[in-house]
Amino acid sequence: MAVRVQAEDFDMGAEVAALTAGRPSIGGVASFLGLVRDVAGGMPVTAMTLEHYPGMTERQLDAIEAEARARWPLDDVLIIHRYGRLEPGDRIVLVVTASAHREAAFESCHFLMDWLKTKAPFWKLEDTPDGERWVAAKVSDDKAAERWSA
Amino acid sequence: MKVLYFAWLRTKIGTAQEVVEPPADVADVAGLVAWLKTRSPKHADALANADVVKVAVNQEHVPYDHPVGAHDEVALFPPVTGG
Repeated sequence: MAVRVQAEDFDMGAEVAALTAGRPSIGGVASFLGLVRDVAGGMPVTAMTLEHYPGMTERQLDAIEAEARARWPLDDVLIIHRYGRLEPGDRIVLVVTASAHREAAFESCHFLMDWLKTKAPFWKLEDTPDGERWVAAKVSDDKAAERWSA
Repeated sequence: MKVLYFAWLRTKIGTAQEVVEPPADVADVAGLVAWLKTRSPKHADALANADVVKVAVNQEHVPYDHPVGAHDEVALFPPVTGG
């Protein structure tokens, strides 16, 4: 069990290796790695600054991890979300789920990412040639998250 | 009561947090937001559209009819965009 909110970069391969080491009950690992893109809404993006709500962020991530574990038989979960200034190509978020079976790993990874998009208190500020702009929430993200509440 | 602002609410209001003492008849989030709007033109501008202002009380997402009290930490922010 691990939730980390950090400014530092991370190594996806090392994280997965550490999570699975010495645990032969794990049959499948699903992961999502999010990267900063160099364009958004047709506009070049030169950098992105992530703001978060220290304290609430960790509480919310702990709660959603517990929710994922209640819904699927998971051996382990790792959520890493970065904050601060990032540039295109930088890693921004990592979700790793491990289970005896692939369906639980796939589905819980998808669930956690949909939830992160709509509930975790992070906000993105993009640097563009026209100046700074806050990223607006997407209705499609809300729709994606709603499917899990049935 | 401590009130925190994030993202463009913070930049529009010009502060990340403030300690406020709303009048006794402010009992819930809706009442608090209405009162905060009277504090300055910047507050009024930032809080003009409640549809795009989300609220957490003591670090939990809550609706506008959620009660607030003197010892609460209330955070106001736009819809989140993490991940």
